Amino acid sequence: MSEHVHAAATELGPSVSPFKLISTLSVFGAVAGLLIVVVFQATQPAVLRNQAAATAAAITEVLPGGARYQTLFEHDGKLVAEVPAGVDTVPLEKVYTAFDTANERLGYAIIGTEPGFVDNIKLIFGYDAGAKQVLGMLVIEQKETPGLGDKIVKDTAFVNGFTRVATPLRGVKIGAGTGASGEIDMITGATISSRITIGIINHQLERLQPLIEAYEKAGGA
Amino acid sequence: MTHATARDDLLKGLWKDNPVLVQTLGMCPTLAITNSVENGIAMGVATFFVLVGSSVLVSSLRKLIPNEIRITAYIVIIATFVTVADMVLQAVVPVIHKQLGAFIALIVVNCIILARQEAFAAKNTVWRSFLDAVGMGFGFIIALLLMCAIREVLGNGTFLGHSVFGPNYEPWVIMVLPPGGFFTLGFMLLAIAAWSRRKAPRPLRARPHDVTLQTQKAVV
Amino acid sequence: MGDVLWVFVSSMLVNNFTLIMFLGLCPFLGVSNKVETGIRMGLADIFVLVLTAIAVSFLNRFVLVSAPYLRLIAFIVVIASLVQIVEMAIKKLSPTLFRELGIYLPLITTNCAVLGLAMFQTSRGYNFFEGLAFALGGGLGLMLALVLMASIREHLDLASVPSVLKGVGFVLVLAGTLSLAFMGFAGLFTS
Repeated sequence: MSEHVHAAATELGPSVSPFKLISTLSVFGAVAGLLIVVVFQATQPAVLRNQAAATAAAITEVLPGGARYQTLFEHDGKLVAEVPAGVDTVPLEKVYTAFDTANERLGYAIIGTEPGFVDNIKLIFGYDAGAKQVLGMLVIEQKETPGLGDKIVKDTAFVNGFTRVATPLRGVKIGAGTGASGEIDMITGATISSRITIGIINHQLERLQPLIEAYEKAGGA
Repeated sequence: MTHATARDDLLKGLWKDNPVLVQTLGMCPTLAITNSVENGIAMGVATFFVLVGSSVLVSSLRKLIPNEIRITAYIVIIATFVTVADMVLQAVVPVIHKQLGAFIALIVVNCIILARQEAFAAKNTVWRSFLDAVGMGFGFIIALLLMCAIREVLGNGTFLGHSVFGPNYEPWVIMVLPPGGFFTLGFMLLAIAAWSRRKAPRPLRARPHDVTLQTQKAVV
Repeated sequence: MGDVLWVFVSSMLVNNFTLIMFLGLCPFLGVSNKVETGIRMGLADIFVLVLTAIAVSFLNRFVLVSAPYLRLIAFIVVIASLVQIVEMAIKKLSPTLFRELGIYLPLITTNCAVLGLAMFQTSRGYNFFEGLAFALGGGLGLMLALVLMASIREHLDLASVPSVLKGVGFVLVLAGTLSLAFMGFAGLFTS
């Protein structure tokens, strides 16, 4: 069998030297890489600007009426307004905060991402550290099934249920709620997506609430 | 091989040899992202850019690419254009880029592009390859738009986000779900097949007894 | 529900690679006319998918951290090489299998399922084991879809189907029905 294949191969004519093959491919690869790097450098400023604008818009949605906004970085187990020189802020977890015209803190805005039913769900929520309440929630990215899971965006009753709710949140099926604080009515037919949305907020708060408390105690500016 | 004119090169991809509707290539993006016209346009334009760019480049370099590694070379070229398209989309239309997601990268394995390189660009002049790519690219966009229009209008009640039937329309959500994609393309292809059959002149359709008569004659 | 188990079940049934995520449609439409070929194609796919998931895990963690824009080219080169290696291995170990699969092996390179797996695994940030579960589940789901379609088509070959329905269009409508059935898996877990 192998002779058969070998004979067929030589029938095609003298084979090109492996050196030529590899060098051609390497040239292609090098030029390709160069082109990609050039375009990357050209488009990066616009991409970063878009991302910053989108984040800013999301923050103003959940913390409306702010006169001044500030970004806090999680570094070394603490929330800080300024990172030490030389530390890259890109991979750090960020917590956003806003102040009104009287320089009173409106609250914190926290972004959370977790796997949803289909793909990752990314949302931002506002948090009042003093009253320990969620101020509101906005789903930024989701790819849930249209008509089912995507109701976490489209069902206004569900979204409004996150306004001024005590933490930790608990999801209950519609009609099964006892009226206790912290209850959120889950969407019928989209209980998993609802539960994941609530879970994102709870998990983020579990982790960040102590940090926020410590930050405020240290007299966060 | 017939001497196809430049006009033929350009126009064949639009309908007669449409990459999606006749050659049935490029199914994955056609089904996956056609649930809104906006996404369809973006994907169509991105694929068009990659197809034309790759065809022109492959055709210009066709004498320099050794036969053994031609597929790999084509794929490297296509992947470069796709990466460029991805970054440009992200900079210019970030929301649509997010909705298209991983399917932009999947343009690399869109059989249409590789098929055109292998079947045409590698063997023809730059100008003819350019025309061929433009025709095929537009054909792809036409097919996408047809799919998107049906799916978004029926499945969401909107066209490009504008309501078509008014607020009381109960959308056929199934059309924007995966089965809807399969059904829409399937029925479109069936409709086209039925229509072409009706157009084909009767004598050209083979009839079983014609064949048997001939063989019987041969034996005698 | 453990994360890894959920990823496995999700990619196999709930978000089936072929019928819900629209990956791997070229072989699905082209190879699905015989159950045996479907099984073989499915197994070859699973093998390549699992190897790709492992390679992508390593690439993402160690190589691509500093140059994310080279991701696509790196993935496609790795996939092309993997398929080449698998092809050579099958040629050596089982020449009959090699002859049976014919053109379909190199087609795995352009199979959107493999590159799709790499891209989704990256965008969802799966760790090593989640990536493996994703590949195994996805591959099994792909094979399942192939086998289901192939068994239907084998029956159709023996039934009297109007000639106007013979062709890809009908297969797509059948796929739509299968897809509809698989959407029922969305209710698999209520918690």
